Amino acid sequence: MRHIISILIENEAGALSRVAGLFSARGYNIESLTVAPTEDPSLSRMTLVTRGTDDIIEQITKQLNKLIDIVKLIDLAETTHVERELMLVKVKTCKESREEIKRLADIFRGKIIDVTNNSYVIEMTGPSDKLDAFVAALDENNIIETVRSGPTGLSRGEKGLHL
Amino acid sequence: MELSGGQIVVQCLKDEGVEYLFGYPGGAVLHLYDAIFHQEEVKHILVRHEQAATHAADAYARATGKPGVVLVTSGPGATNAVTGIATAYMDSIPMIVISGQVPTAVIGSDAFQEVDMVGITRPCVKHNFLVKDVNDIAETMKKAFYVATTGRPGPVVIDIPKDITDPNILVPYKYPKKIKMRSYSPATKGHPRQIKKAIDLLLNAKRPVIYSGGGVVLGEASEELRELTRSLNFPITQTLMGLGAYPASDKQFIGMLGMHGTYESNLTMHESDVILAIGVRFDDRVTGKLAEFCPHATIIHIDIDPASISKTVKVDVPIVGDVKIVLKQMLELLKEQKKKPSKNALEAWWSRIDQWRSINCLEFDRDSELIKPQAVIEQLHEVTKGDAFITSDVGQHQMFAAQFYPFDKPRRWINSGGLGTMGFGLPAAIGVKLAHPEADVACVTGEASIQMCIQELSTALQYNTAIKIINLNNRYMGMVRQWQEFSYESRYSQSYMDTIPDFVKLAEAYGHVGIRVEKPEDVKPALEKAFAMKDRTVFLDILTDRTENVYPMIESGKGHQEMTLRVAPGTPINRELA
Repeated sequence: MRHIISILIENEAGALSRVAGLFSARGYNIESLTVAPTEDPSLSRMTLVTRGTDDIIEQITKQLNKLIDIVKLIDLAETTHVERELMLVKVKTCKESREEIKRLADIFRGKIIDVTNNSYVIEMTGPSDKLDAFVAALDENNIIETVRSGPTGLSRGEKGLHL
Repeated sequence: MELSGGQIVVQCLKDEGVEYLFGYPGGAVLHLYDAIFHQEEVKHILVRHEQAATHAADAYARATGKPGVVLVTSGPGATNAVTGIATAYMDSIPMIVISGQVPTAVIGSDAFQEVDMVGITRPCVKHNFLVKDVNDIAETMKKAFYVATTGRPGPVVIDIPKDITDPNILVPYKYPKKIKMRSYSPATKGHPRQIKKAIDLLLNAKRPVIYSGGGVVLGEASEELRELTRSLNFPITQTLMGLGAYPASDKQFIGMLGMHGTYESNLTMHESDVILAIGVRFDDRVTGKLAEFCPHATIIHIDIDPASISKTVKVDVPIVGDVKIVLKQMLELLKEQKKKPSKNALEAWWSRIDQWRSINCLEFDRDSELIKPQAVIEQLHEVTKGDAFITSDVGQHQMFAAQFYPFDKPRRWINSGGLGTMGFGLPAAIGVKLAHPEADVACVTGEASIQMCIQELSTALQYNTAIKIINLNNRYMGMVRQWQEFSYESRYSQSYMDTIPDFVKLAEAYGHVGIRVEKPEDVKPALEKAFAMKDRTVFLDILTDRTENVYPMIESGKGHQEMTLRVAPGTPINRELA
């Protein structure tokens, strides 16, 4: 099953490699990983998407908790949560296709943030499957490149992951 | 007080009460070595190879419970230490390794003797630090000692660039009394509800067994373990790392378990209905084939490390906490209980165990004209009155020592259980002897292992650590040869050496006493002679039976119930299966 593990970690040099190293050393897989400092600059928040059986996920969370730099973590998949991913897509456009691509981006609540004579860059956020659906709806011959942030998320309600 | 970075490191060691620093100088740590020169409290032990510094410090920690401290230079000094750091990591030994690093300005430029020590050691340390400011040294040192010695202990590396120890830069020094880390708070007490559950299970067990390990030694919980085991009258088996926590001479002890464990302990595990696992990690050498591990048992597991629980074997009642505290909680709760374990059930259980015991699975050919390694260990036990510190290397001799030297006290059996590091024994013996100068210290080794750190004979002379080296010389890498005999139709690929040095002359060349022993009747007199020489290191080169194997054995991929025994139960002992 897919799990989203949200981690508060000391914002120190090498902290990210401790997490990445743990996954490769123990043979766990990382689907995506995003990290940035929080409102408290001494802490970073990391969101890690992984897959595994319940036993493997239990080991992953225990092994992560053992890392000295990790302050707290939660498995968002265990609670109701919201998740979002950011994607930028660069597509080829021509006279005939420009209108259609614009409409398609509108339908998916995307924004066109760069325009040239023969290309658009479309910005889109949403759950990962929505982004997948948008990419599928585009003609793949038109896609020049895509970049995705990997999902991030928060649990719903008033509780949160903080010190 | 204003000090330089180098002086601060040494002052921190003094403030931590460090007695010995095991190390080897080099460019990046010269400022530090100059600070060491100007003081006498922290005694520096100069090894001949950095690997030995880590093993000696590690063994010092195993023998005393205090953290071992190592100082090495950057680059090769640091990488040479890695084997010893990994050894300590696998066995959860508290250790501080200070490594020099090239100056901060040139880090990352492939400078002379530069290596990314923090990166290299990341997977085999509990934690590591790179110090980038002289003002951070004291706090980092405090954190390192705190992390290394609390919770599940382990090695911590502190990498210090040369400019941080510059003698010309002085900063105020104050060693923190206490340290709190928001990201690290090891568990202490066990959850009362889990403990209640465990007690209920234990009191209703019909075929219980206690399976105890290195965590009991590390957690100083021998006394509590003894009290609990005796009050319940349960059988107890111990892992390789746990030997000595419960006295081996006690009748409730049924021997070590696992690959080379006793017939009775492996079968007791296999047939049990409740297992109380204490400070163990269900290592593959203990469990054998996981799918067949203890099929009838409900398992209670006490451990300080939550990640050890249900890692390989699914546990029914996990108790996370400090072993000593949890065992105390259990003893208190037991005292309040009216119910006692069923006497009848336990009697029946013990009579089955005694039956298994009666096949005498460790017995060997005592009439052989060759020296049997088992007999050497038995006589070592006799000559040292069972009260020596025994270090070992890795292989057959290690298993013979574990099987034939019954340890009655914790911290007496010093071996590399998890990583299985050949070369550990000799430097370990030096570390132990420094910690306990009055005690008998023997290194049980083989002619292959001993050559991996043989240069430390020189260190032993320099510091006059009078250790006894028991070299069970079978002219083979015994354990490799045994596996090749069992699994590769006796194709002994690279498991022997054509040229083995004359160990007697070698010992003499290093300034020690060397004695060769070739006949069974000469073993005991030689041991007595060696231990009578209180102030000399003695190298006993004992030529043993080349083809002796370690039994019982659970071959890889098999379960506890599928042991290979030396002889089938009931047949005479000198008819070997192999």
